Amino acid sequence: MEHKKIKTKSVIYTVLVLLGGFIMIYPLIWMVMSSFKENNEIFSDASSLIPSHFKFENYSNGWAGFAGISFSVFFRNSFIISIIGTIGAVFSSAVVAFGFARTRFRSRAFWFVCMLITMMLPFQIIMIPQYIIFNQLGWVGTFLPLIVPSYFGGAFFIFLIVQFIYGIPRDLDEAAKIDGCSYYGIFARIILPLIVPALVTCAIFSFMWKWDDFLGSLLYLNKPSTYPVSLALKMFADPTSISDWGAMFAMATLSVVPIFVIFIFFQKYLVEGISTEGLKG
Amino acid sequence: MKTKKQLSLKQRLNEEHTAGFIFVLPFIIGFLAFSAIPIIISFCLSFTRYDILGSPTFIGVENFVRMFTDDDKFWKSFGTTFFYAVVSVPLKLIMALFVAMLFVKTTRFTSVMRAVYYLPSIMGGSIAVAVLWRRLFASDGVINAILGTDIAWLGRKDTAIWTLIILSVWQFGSSMLIFLAGLKQVPVSLYEAATVDGCSKVGQFFKITLPMLTPVIFFNLVQQTINAFMAFTQSFVITGGGPRDSTLFYCVYQYQRAFEFHEMGYGSAMAWFMLLVIGLLTALIFKSSTKWVYNESKEG
Repeated sequence: MEHKKIKTKSVIYTVLVLLGGFIMIYPLIWMVMSSFKENNEIFSDASSLIPSHFKFENYSNGWAGFAGISFSVFFRNSFIISIIGTIGAVFSSAVVAFGFARTRFRSRAFWFVCMLITMMLPFQIIMIPQYIIFNQLGWVGTFLPLIVPSYFGGAFFIFLIVQFIYGIPRDLDEAAKIDGCSYYGIFARIILPLIVPALVTCAIFSFMWKWDDFLGSLLYLNKPSTYPVSLALKMFADPTSISDWGAMFAMATLSVVPIFVIFIFFQKYLVEGISTEGLKG
Repeated sequence: MKTKKQLSLKQRLNEEHTAGFIFVLPFIIGFLAFSAIPIIISFCLSFTRYDILGSPTFIGVENFVRMFTDDDKFWKSFGTTFFYAVVSVPLKLIMALFVAMLFVKTTRFTSVMRAVYYLPSIMGGSIAVAVLWRRLFASDGVINAILGTDIAWLGRKDTAIWTLIILSVWQFGSSMLIFLAGLKQVPVSLYEAATVDGCSKVGQFFKITLPMLTPVIFFNLVQQTINAFMAFTQSFVITGGGPRDSTLFYCVYQYQRAFEFHEMGYGSAMAWFMLLVIGLLTALIFKSSTKWVYNESKEG
């Protein structure tokens, strides 16, 4: 009797969790399915999931893009910004994090507090002066405003790596120091290889944030040929001009593929990054 | 002679103070160039009229006077954002905690489902989802087709904001993961002791789980409140602020003032007001936290 009750309970639990999960990802499944539908089917039969026949032309039609620029250009732009920015963010954050975690220089506490403040500081507060500065430098319209700031360390990443370095025994450093290794040597030969898991976590978050970044691109990029996918998709889906919804959903689906691939292959790092540091995701 | 000098330079570079400073230097430069100096410039600009082409004219506190007394849209967008934050953040955290409780036991089933529930958080910030949302809530869209209703969700003043709130709550996944990590920290011995004392499951939740989780809830609350106040993309892409400014978020309005009307001074004044509000809110949450956040070292 007792056994039966537990079994019913676990069946109810399983069904509810499955149902909730289905509701959670229903919008995403619908988006993918709609990318294979005829235009009129998206409207007339909105709640159905499976297309009556799979229309793969949506993808080639969408890929043609707009204003004579195809999505290959937009994807290339997104990859350039995200990859070059991520390399800078990860490497510079690792260098700075080592400084904070393993040395006691005079103004360390002050700068550490500055870093914590930067973590809380919303981008909108500094958006206007930053724009003015980059405008003066003649950088508006190029990728530079989106990439260069990454090369000076990201506060979230520095914090995450500092925590990680704290977990590495100091004996290793001390032994290397006795052997005549400099701080730079300790960083490059001992710490850097050991913090690779933290760097992977940072790289994943950096890439995802840069891939999805919208406001930065909106501010600084003004020619369609420089648009990343996020901005291009917004223009492509402009309610006043859009006619081919199938093609739009095809491109929307493609635009989240890199994020989805990361999610599938690096889920462990994502979960660890979020649960240990509480990164926004 | 030369080698000796080189050596001493090398030695000097390897002094702890110097080496540490050199390692942190990229951050210091970046912090000054991209955060500290912009904040100061922003402060100065808020007392000027500046259209970026000419040069700034000092106008005293005129921007602030206009903001507080002569700009309905300012108060309206502030109120909308406040409503959005006050409704969406608690709903999101309650959802996150509830679902986290379902996944405490790690089995293959729960780890797969955990990933499924987390997926919307990963995708939610993308323009693809924003565009999708517009289609879901359109009058001939999916939601109406499923519910059998005929409501112009995005076209009505009273419903449009809720589509954005739902979008935010839908992304409870990362808060859920933080709660899960917190739940795993709660010592099992506490529950065992409670069971021995005859405490019910519900009682255990309110007397053990919730108090032990307060630090994590606190962290989430601060983080999500700031995020909600800074929301931009959702309103900008999904509703464009409409209908009749009912979803015009503060940051969208600030963006419009600065970059569509080219009022950099006014935009900076708005930015500073927001900074003060967020600072005040964070301080309030921090201050109240001594009353409701469980502190191990203090209470034993």
